[in-house]
Amino acid sequence: MAERTLPRPLNLRQRYSEFISSTSGGPITIVLLVAFFGAWVLVAATGGDFMTIDNIRSMLVRSVALGIVAIGQTLVILAGSLDLSVAYLVSVTAVLSSVIMDGDPSRIALGILVVFAVGALVGLVNGLVITKLRVNAFIATLGMALILEGLLTASFNNFSGAVPEEYQELGYGRIGPFPWAVLLLAALGGAVWYMLNRTRYGHHLFAVGGDFDTARLSGVRADWVIIRAHIFCSLTAVMTGLFIVSRLRAGAPWVGPDGAYDLQSIAAVVLGGTALAGGRGGVGGTISGVFLLAILDNIFNQLGVNTFLKDVLRGVVLIAAIAIYAVQRKRAGR
Amino acid sequence: MSATPTAPERSAPHEPVVKGSAATRALKTVKGTAPVFVLLIILIALIAQRTPVFLEPPVFLAFLLQAAPLVLLACGQLFVIVSGEFDLSVGSLMTVTVVVAARLIDGDPAKTYRVMALLFGIGLLVGLVNGFVTTRLRVPSFITTLGMLFILDGAVNFWTGGAPRGSLPDNFRVFGRSAIEDFPVLGRLPYAVIVLVVLGAVAIYILHFTDFGRRMMSTGGNPVASELSGVNVARVKTAAFVLSALFAVAAGILYGGFTNVSARVGEGFELQAISAVVLGGALLGGGRGSMGGAMAGALSLVALFRLLNLYGYPQEIRDAIQGLIIIAAVALAALRSRAAR
Repeated sequence: MAERTLPRPLNLRQRYSEFISSTSGGPITIVLLVAFFGAWVLVAATGGDFMTIDNIRSMLVRSVALGIVAIGQTLVILAGSLDLSVAYLVSVTAVLSSVIMDGDPSRIALGILVVFAVGALVGLVNGLVITKLRVNAFIATLGMALILEGLLTASFNNFSGAVPEEYQELGYGRIGPFPWAVLLLAALGGAVWYMLNRTRYGHHLFAVGGDFDTARLSGVRADWVIIRAHIFCSLTAVMTGLFIVSRLRAGAPWVGPDGAYDLQSIAAVVLGGTALAGGRGGVGGTISGVFLLAILDNIFNQLGVNTFLKDVLRGVVLIAAIAIYAVQRKRAGR
Repeated sequence: MSATPTAPERSAPHEPVVKGSAATRALKTVKGTAPVFVLLIILIALIAQRTPVFLEPPVFLAFLLQAAPLVLLACGQLFVIVSGEFDLSVGSLMTVTVVVAARLIDGDPAKTYRVMALLFGIGLLVGLVNGFVTTRLRVPSFITTLGMLFILDGAVNFWTGGAPRGSLPDNFRVFGRSAIEDFPVLGRLPYAVIVLVVLGAVAIYILHFTDFGRRMMSTGGNPVASELSGVNVARVKTAAFVLSALFAVAAGILYGGFTNVSARVGEGFELQAISAVVLGGALLGGGRGSMGGAMAGALSLVALFRLLNLYGYPQEIRDAIQGLIIIAAVALAALRSRAAR
């Protein structure tokens, strides 16, 4: 590192590449900033409101549902796995918690406890099937999604149960200008950032995702690293479900698949610069990815873009962003 | 071990892509995909036990007709999967096929063949774009083809306003609906089954009997080594995407023969196709797979739906059981291959 003491030539490209390598979510953060100010100008020019507290707050709150589960998805993807079952787990949580609480404030704790237990079980089964039975994660969690979907839609077909008023505080309440839910997302993001970068488990996760066999041969209990990541991911899906049900006041079987939380969360993670193959990335990029998707949504809504055209544009933006990202990374020599 | 004279045998830590004569290779493939054929036979036996008429040629051929779209999708998907990629856009491409055909032909038989040519053109374009974005722009194919799914689905809905119009003339539907009547022995031979057999044979030939097929396998098995030994990895992968897209268009044309025109006809087919391929013993991540296995996997899935239907399970429970069986079959295959090592 002797070069560090020499005066650096002002080479912008080199500086940029170094910046990219130094932060997990480098390029996406830049894209996010550009998108943010671009959106501001674009929406303001067409007479909409972008830079108002209300609009920003509503964008943040809408990011919470996807943000929480995307954090969990980040962990499994970093571990070299994948979770397609989160969307239906969100539904299961929403329906089950609202049926258990049934409008009675004294049952809030019971409802939360039960859905967390169900989530932990789903994550454990996903993890065990993937590591011990060696089923490809794509298939294992897709199968889990089908199972959850089947059980759920066979038992419920509409809004069921209700959550008590007090519980809706989670979705609508705020401290000062900050909604509870946004603070929750920030706290969770911070905790996971700490876990990934400062704890042994975090290092193991990167090692296992980077090279499973090497990690295992170096004494990491690789199977359990993956299983824990899956349990954690399922628990974040449960949290998303709990948040959604607090906004909707009752759970319905379609809330998860309607939000496409499985594919959207994977899109957010990959937009955030986490490698789909595992071992490289971070939670900061994921959060930026979630916000980027929220900003796009906001622009589309404010400009009154046709619903179906939105899907097309979303697809194009997703591919374009990741292509730019991949080309940048190649230039940066990785 | 090998019929052809080779250099002294060295113990290879990993299975080489090509090993031994065609016969030993074929035997190996059969052994690797045995579970799916056992599964298929069990499922067919269970259906036949419930409805003995199932094994009579006309009924069984009708079953094959119903399965044909998924089998073709699975064949196309396998090309992409052995090359080490995914294609999630095939279901939406089927939707595009049916919806575009209905709107453009709109009951006018004279336009059918021109529109079909256009559809294969769209397929070619979709495959090329998938391949280009994945290989040249280095976007993971999971994301590329997922984006393509959003784009195609969104485009169909945008174009039709969510409610497709138009209708398919008989000479379009003939492929998925009609049959050669009074065929000797079999009775009634659906055109779809002929298409299925021909395209299936072509797929088997391409993957297992040509240099190009071996290049796909080696590309999926180890892209770096393949590139270094002179395989144009980007071109091979792109060709795999094109094949997958063309098979999806063919599947869409067959499916158009017996389905209603809607903007959701292809929904969910991409995941069924991937499940079928994996049931058939292919390795997600590339390098290993068998065309016969993939086709048997697709037939097994359709047979499974039929069986659950026969036993009167509601749609929802069918989904759950499908999930369980796919996991179990793949787990079984994985454990077998571990035990074999």
